[in-house]
Parts: sequence; C-alpha cells; structure tokens
Amino acid sequence: MKLKETPQNIEEILGNYPQKLRSDLIPILQDVQELQGYISQDAIKQISGYLDLPTSKIFGVATFYNQFRLNPPGRHLVQVCRGTACHVKGSAKLLESLERELGIKAAQTTKDRRYTIEVVACMGACSIAPVICVDGNYHGRLDVKDLPAILEQYE
Amino acid sequence: MGVNTEYKNHIKALLENNTTFSRSADKPVIFVGAGTCGLACGAASSEEAIKSALESNGIDAEIIDVGCVGYCEVEPIVDVKLPGKPRVTFFQVDNSQAKQIVETYIKNGSLEGLNVLAQYKDETAEPIEGVEEINQITFFKKQMKIVLENCGVINPTSLEEYISRGGFKSFARLLKEYTPERVIDDVLKSGLRGRGGGGFPTGKKWQFAAVQKNPHKYVICNADEGDPGAFMDRSVLEGDPYRVIEGMMTAGFAIGADAGYVYIRAEYPLAIAHLEEAMDKLEQAGLLGDNILDTDFSFKLKIKKGAGAFVCGEETALIASIEGKRGMPRYRPPYPAVSGLWGYPTIINNVETYANIPSIFRMGAENFAKIGTAGSKGTKVFALSGNIKNNGLVEVPMGITLREIIFDIAGGIAKEKKYKAVQIGGPSGGCIPEQHLDISIDYESLKQVGAMMGSGGLVVMDEDACMVDVARYFMDFIQKESCGKCIPCREGTKRLLEILTRITTSAKFMSEMERLERFGGIVYMNRLAQSIKDTALCGLGQTAANPVLSTLKYFKDEYEEHIYNNRCPAGLCSGMTDYKIIAEKCRGCGLCKIKCPNNAIVGERKHVHYIIADRCIGCGACHVACKFDAVEQVKEGVASEN
Repeated sequence: MKLKETPQNIEEILGNYPQKLRSDLIPILQDVQELQGYISQDAIKQISGYLDLPTSKIFGVATFYNQFRLNPPGRHLVQVCRGTACHVKGSAKLLESLERELGIKAAQTTKDRRYTIEVVACMGACSIAPVICVDGNYHGRLDVKDLPAILEQYE
Repeated sequence: MGVNTEYKNHIKALLENNTTFSRSADKPVIFVGAGTCGLACGAASSEEAIKSALESNGIDAEIIDVGCVGYCEVEPIVDVKLPGKPRVTFFQVDNSQAKQIVETYIKNGSLEGLNVLAQYKDETAEPIEGVEEINQITFFKKQMKIVLENCGVINPTSLEEYISRGGFKSFARLLKEYTPERVIDDVLKSGLRGRGGGGFPTGKKWQFAAVQKNPHKYVICNADEGDPGAFMDRSVLEGDPYRVIEGMMTAGFAIGADAGYVYIRAEYPLAIAHLEEAMDKLEQAGLLGDNILDTDFSFKLKIKKGAGAFVCGEETALIASIEGKRGMPRYRPPYPAVSGLWGYPTIINNVETYANIPSIFRMGAENFAKIGTAGSKGTKVFALSGNIKNNGLVEVPMGITLREIIFDIAGGIAKEKKYKAVQIGGPSGGCIPEQHLDISIDYESLKQVGAMMGSGGLVVMDEDACMVDVARYFMDFIQKESCGKCIPCREGTKRLLEILTRITTSAKFMSEMERLERFGGIVYMNRLAQSIKDTALCGLGQTAANPVLSTLKYFKDEYEEHIYNNRCPAGLCSGMTDYKIIAEKCRGCGLCKIKCPNNAIVGERKHVHYIIADRCIGCGACHVACKFDAVEQVKEGVASEN
C-alpha cells in the first residue's frame, strides 16, 4: 500500500496540488476537513488565494456537498444512518430520541462539545439496520433503549 | 510508481500460463470476510481472536482478508482450508466461536459444535460428509454468480490470484487480436445494458464515443452509490477491484480513451484502499500506464472521491463534480459521449456494468446473451435488506421473479409477519405490492408496474410498515438532495414533502384551516407529482415522484386512513401514535413525567401514572425513559375526533 505522509497544515496540503487546477478544489477541501475536522473560514480564504478562485465559489461548493462541515464538531461524532433499510427498522425514532437525549438537533453539537449528531444517507451496513456509528465504531441492530448505554461509552 | 521489471515478468508468465499461482498447500489458510459489513459485525475482533488462539496453540497458518460473500445476515463469516480438505465456511464467528474453530477444527480436525455453514467444491479433496456444498444451501441455490464470482472467495488485492481465476487473460488476448470495433460488436452482441438504473445498451454508448474524432477521451466509472439501501458497488470494489479495472480498460481500448476516473463515495474507505492497492500493483506490472503489455495502448487511471451528493450519480452532474464544481446536471444533448469531461468524449458506466465486461469476453458474447430474458441479458446484483430473514447481497439471472428472490433466497419475511411491499430502485423506484410479486425481473416489466431497476436496492417491508411514511421518507431524501437547478424538482419536491408531512401529522392540534389544507393536499398531490415527472431537468427529478405515485396507486387505503381517520394503521407516524401506561407494571417512579415534553403525564410518586391523550404528542419519550417497560404503544383504534 502507498504510504502517504499526512500533511500537518494547510500549506502542506496546498503544496500537494502544484498544478492549482479547479478540479483540485474538492480534494483540497477533503484534505482540509481531514486535518481540521471541519473547514474553517481561514482555510477557505487561503484556498481562495491559492487557486485564484473567489471565496464565494468555494463556499458554494463546500455547502453543496454533504461531506463538508463548516463548524467544528464535538469530541465524538455520532452518525445516524437514515438509509431505507434503517428507516424501515425504525431509525427515525432512533434519531428523534437521540436528539431528545442530547438536547440538540441533527448537525448540531452539545454545549459541552461532547457529541455532534450527524445524519448520513446510507452507510451500506443495511444488514444490521438500524445502525449508528460513533467515531467510526458501528453499533447495529439497535433499539432506542440501547442509546444511553452506548453514549455513556464515549467520554 | 513505475514499472517493476521483476514483478512485470512474473505477472506476464502468469498471463501466458507459463506458471500458475498456488497457495502454500501444507499449512491451514484462514479467510476472514472483512468487507465493511463484516467489520461492522465484528470481523476484526474475531480475526484477533483467531490470531491469538493460533499463537497459543503454536499453529502456523495464513490469514487472508477477503471481501463479502454476500450472506451478510450470518456475519462474521470465516472460511478455513486445511491441507487436503475442502474449504469450509463458518458463520456467526464471534470471539469464542473463533477460538473454538482453531482448537476444534484446525488443531483436531473435528467440526463438532461449530457453526458450520457449508463447504466449497474442491477437485483435489474429498468432500466432508454431512456438510452441504455452498452452492446448494438455500441462500445460494437460486443465485448465479458472474459479477460476484470472486467476492468473498479470493484475496481482493492479489493480482496473481485474480489472474489465476481467469482475470486479464481475455483482455491480453483482445488487446493483441481484436480491433476496437470488434470489442464494441461483442458488447453489443452480449446485450449488456447499463446496470446503474437507466438500462441504456452499453455497446451503443461505447459506439457513440468511439466514432468521435478526438485525441483525448475519458472512461469514467460511477461508483457514487448514493441510493440509500444499496451496497452492491461497495461490495464489488471491496471484494474484486481488478474486475472493475479490467472492464474499464476494455472500454478504454474500445473507444480509444487514454485516461479514466473512478468516481467513488468518500464513505467507502475500504473500497478506496483496495482500489488504490490494485492500481498500484497494475502499474508495477505494466498493466496500467503507458504501452500496456508492450502494445500501443496506454491507459491511466485516477480515483476521485465524491463528497456526498446523491445527484452526482447523474452523469453530467458527476462530470461537473470531477471538474471541481457544484454537482449540478446540465441539459442533454450534447451527451457526454460527444462532449463530456472538460469537453472531451466521455463514457460513464456503473461499477456493475464494468464488472460484467471481463465475463463477456471470458465466456463469449453469445453465451452471455443466453442468460436472462429477451430484452435484459445477464445477471443483476441486488442488495436485500429490510424485514426479511436473510439480508445480504445476491446475484440472480434476469427473468427470475421477485417472489423467488424474497421468499426463496431471502427466506421470506422475518418474525413470521406478512409481506406488504418491496421497494425497488431506491428513491427513483417504486413499491411493489403482493399482487405483482410474480413479475419477472427485467427492465421493461419493472417499469410497467411503476418501479424501475435502479441500481439494485431491494428493501422489503412487512405489515408493520406505513407506506405513507415510506413515501414521505423518500420525498424528504430527494428534497434534501435536489441540487436546486430546475424549478419542478426544487420547489415541487418541497411542496410534495409538505403535503406528505401534513398527512402524516396528527390533526389533533391543528386549526380548522390547517385541517382543510390537509385534505386539500391529497387532491393536488397526484397532479403535482405528474408535473414534476414531466418537466424536471435530469433523471433524478423526473423519477423523484415515483415513490409517491406508486404508493398512491397500490396503497390508497393507507393514505385515506391517515387523512380521514387521522390514524396510522402501522402506528409509525409520529404524532399519530398513542401511548398508554400499563398499570400493573408502573412503579410510580415518575421518570416518564419528567421526560414528557408536553406535560401530558400525571401521577403521584409511588402510584400509577397516566397519560392524558389530548395532550400527548406521541413522541415516545416516556416509552424510552421507562425502565420497567410499562409504557407501550397503542396500535389499534385510537382515532381522535377529526
């Protein structure tokens, strides 16, 4: 497997795209999000200068795609799958009760910055629906009553 | 990464049958089903358990991570091949089972007390008595594996193993002996149609691009599997990436392209990793890059990670996304085959379409055309999920009936409930009721009943599903994913969602005016859906209303129940569900009272509590909060005055 060094700052990310093409915009944004966890205003300004694109265009692209976050996430990212299979098995209730439990809506972060709820279209783990994924760990075949115990695991 | 001469010669010898690939025959080989689905079920910890058990027993064995074999219901799946024995598949291998497999089977050769699923056919070994062959067990019996033949069986990143199963051999031959015209001719003859949903004949698409006189052309693989409930592309790319690349290279040779892109969802990290590794090895072997196999044909491949937009499954939107813009479709013609990526002729096919190509040349176009029905050739991969016994990935010949898939392969409805509908084709598809279960699976028949092939998600719903809620769910999805370029889709889906939301909300707290609107909605819904269908710009918009139209057609009674009787027969629609407290179970702890957001619960401490029906908004907070299971949903007959 190719071993790529993870860039440490935005300059290094930009340096990986020496041709400064418009088609590099989305990969750059993806790298920035991987580094920072979200896309900051400063990053957008820096990318804008580098690619010679207006910040409005970059903002337009960043808001169009679901992957990009413009606000810093909390310590733990709780992704709720809202795919069809999960829906049929009750993910709407799961999300509702999660929102109530944490007192926030989807795409928001709790005040203590402990959790961020994110809704994703489908994780492709339909066979163990309904699924939530916390920090990359899948929890499948869930019932609303299982939620508090799972949340407790993530400090 | 350049060409590695030693590796190149090694691969060349394999391709020319001068040497063969074989695994070490004197030690056990353990195959762990480590696709994303397997990992989600805990395959990684099972693998750790196997490793530590091997170590403590002093056994030397080879462990190989393979993709998903499709039987997701019983994952994690582990196969063991002992020297001189056929390969045996074990199911539901948790940590303790993993340890047992090592100690009972690998060490002592006994299968007693283990979760044995099946054994593979093996010419070199005697079959084990009392264990069924894998092709004979119910889940696999009616399947026909072409695209998935290697998934879950071979090491997905080993080029040697892929070649040993026939990979790249026919490609090497056609590169030297065929003209591009003949390649396209064969694809036309095979009758292969696009597997991404539309069903356009693949050979025709290639022909359009091939006749363009342009020094640069592109081949794009659409792996932006955005349909919720579909995971075919992910499994193919995780389990057999070389097959897809071989298909793309064949396409490149046929149309005269020199570069290709795989546009893949960023949510599929494992598939991306396997693709990268495969591409890397191909480059080293001189099978990707300049002068492939020492011919004039050059082909370069790049991966583009999608950023999560459903509309990017539409080909013109996908092109815009690769170019670094917002993924918005544009009007066609010109078709991408004429003017695509950066204005160059481009063909875009789905993962499964490309994965079919190598098999067409391996088995011959005529033989491929013998599979399936008159208008739809070959096989189709479906992702089965929902309320069925056997979830998973299946590949069936075209022409099989839905009933066979759902009741034979998938084992019928889970928990012995009754079948209600199957949703096929994702947000662009429709729901098929019981009376149409015997239609054959092909592009035309599905269209006739108001659904479509789509990319192949099959979500089965039992009697507890609410079809209005399903329609609302899809409309909510489409409305969020609409790119906003054309008005019918942007505004129309929003209005449809509003109507559906009103229908699925209880009228309990509504004013007279709002109640009128609730009735009014249904009058307009059909017309609105029809006009979105007729006027939207791209395929996404044109099919956006399908879930509504098909549920309206087959499940009108459920809509009426919601509207006139203010009741959700399935008890699913939030706000139309009522809860009650079972007096015998209530301990009077008061937790539900604290959690209720609408002060609808009354009761003294240590005494039975009650829910005031008029105040209850049906959120279910009390149900979740109760530690004694004393709050339960009332399913039948609570219709408030409307």
